Amino acid sequence: MEVDRADGRNPNQLRPLACSCSILHRAHGSASWSQGDTKVLAAVYGPKAGTKKNENPEKASIEVIWKPRTGQIGKPEKEYEIILKRTLQSICILTINPNTTTSVIIQVVHDDGALLPCAINAACAALVDAGIPMKHLAVAICCCSAESGYCILDPTKLEEQKMKGFAYLVFPNSILSVLPEGSSLVQGEPMEHGIITSVTHGAMSGNLSTLRVSVSHL
Amino acid sequence: MGLPNASEDLSSEMEVDAFRRLFPLRYFERHLAESIRPDARSLSRARNTTISMGAVASADGSALAKIGSTTMLAAIKMEVMTPSLESPDEGCVSIDFHMPPICSPLVRPGRPAEAAPVVAKQLSDTISSSGMINLKELSLVGGKAAWMVYLDIYCLDADGALFDAALLSAVAAFSNLQIPTVSLDDGKIVMLPEEQKEENSEKEPVNKEKRKLTLGGIPFSLTCILHKNYILADPTSEEESIMETLVTVVLDSSNQLVSLYKPGGAVLAYTSAVQDCIALTRQRVKELHQILEEAISGMEID
Repeated sequence: MEVDRADGRNPNQLRPLACSCSILHRAHGSASWSQGDTKVLAAVYGPKAGTKKNENPEKASIEVIWKPRTGQIGKPEKEYEIILKRTLQSICILTINPNTTTSVIIQVVHDDGALLPCAINAACAALVDAGIPMKHLAVAICCCSAESGYCILDPTKLEEQKMKGFAYLVFPNSILSVLPEGSSLVQGEPMEHGIITSVTHGAMSGNLSTLRVSVSHL
Repeated sequence: MGLPNASEDLSSEMEVDAFRRLFPLRYFERHLAESIRPDARSLSRARNTTISMGAVASADGSALAKIGSTTMLAAIKMEVMTPSLESPDEGCVSIDFHMPPICSPLVRPGRPAEAAPVVAKQLSDTISSSGMINLKELSLVGGKAAWMVYLDIYCLDADGALFDAALLSAVAAFSNLQIPTVSLDDGKIVMLPEEQKEENSEKEPVNKEKRKLTLGGIPFSLTCILHKNYILADPTSEEESIMETLVTVVLDSSNQLVSLYKPGGAVLAYTSAVQDCIALTRQRVKELHQILEEAISGMEID
């Protein structure tokens, strides 16, 4: 089905990605990730000693601070913080450094659609730059579905607002191993098809087919 | 590692409550191996759900929803406001979710709970994307006056599945909503009290006929926990704190997927797990729809 996107992309084409690491000299790890015009800066400080009151001291804990580009911190920022924290908790190996806190600070530089996936990718790159032990990387993507049922990837802000529904999905990246047993099949599907995090907005019919399309294009 | 052996030796001598506190994961896994949970539910069964409408007499619409012990009180107040310039014939819905310290020992006075803004945002996203409320219905005089709907949901007891109970109470409160009558008085909208309806002929109510909102696709949700190969429907707060991977699926009454919310978690959700969760939610939607219908017809008889 032919779709006209404002910037002339195919439905499955992502915007140009750019990533640079170690841009902040005082932070232990930092990365800037941009997808088209959406740009996010992530900084990682840690591990620092001690955990907060409610956290489990037998594991490392992750603290996320989300700074919007303008305005005060409100409910959407708190929600992004919690989603990012839970996603990062599932990819980091928390048992290696117990009773420590790793802080991840996200600064939004420009928001042109697919902000949360951009931030997750930036946070992952910053964690790698800081040397925090992780099981695998997390790859985040945004896919939208329109009324006629077609699905497009990596929307801009205008496209997001026009679409019937969109979903932010986070998958683990594929493990390419030299050992033949390296890439395991879990329940008949390769490991990279498992969803770590999913946040949807808007009604989406034909749900699983859109998920499968987005998986195959990562 | 010494710990697994220790639990095996001690388990024969320890009391059940002590084992439950000291080795919670092992306690639950022993139950899951028999396909049952500590409160004797099967893995796919949700807790007893009740809805009672009109719980707050002073509000324009209210409902109290209980799923097991999780209790949510929703109340709606309506106010007249001038609509914004971009949407002059649409009203506005503002949803707020509060977790007062009464609901859980983990919530301290003065410090807002972590879960509260997340559930509030999830609720407003779900209600706006399900298309349940048609904002154009909330308009009174195009461009000049429209309704502002304030929906406040208070959590009275937080025992797991907060979003499910909150959504259910919000939907029930909207079903119970009676829009107050207003009339145009010298160009200003004035609220009419109930008794004055027949007397003043100059004060004709502007919206005499339309007192109830027509609700579009009503969203219902189910939260499940993914743990290894098990899917547990409708977790309690104890289960949520031990097994951290939650998936919330929201379907509307025509079985269209409104939302699939999975905020991280150690277990990855493969296609089969997602399909199972959606199937469980479909069943639950039928149950909840019936409970809601019974509650509405119970109110109408009165």
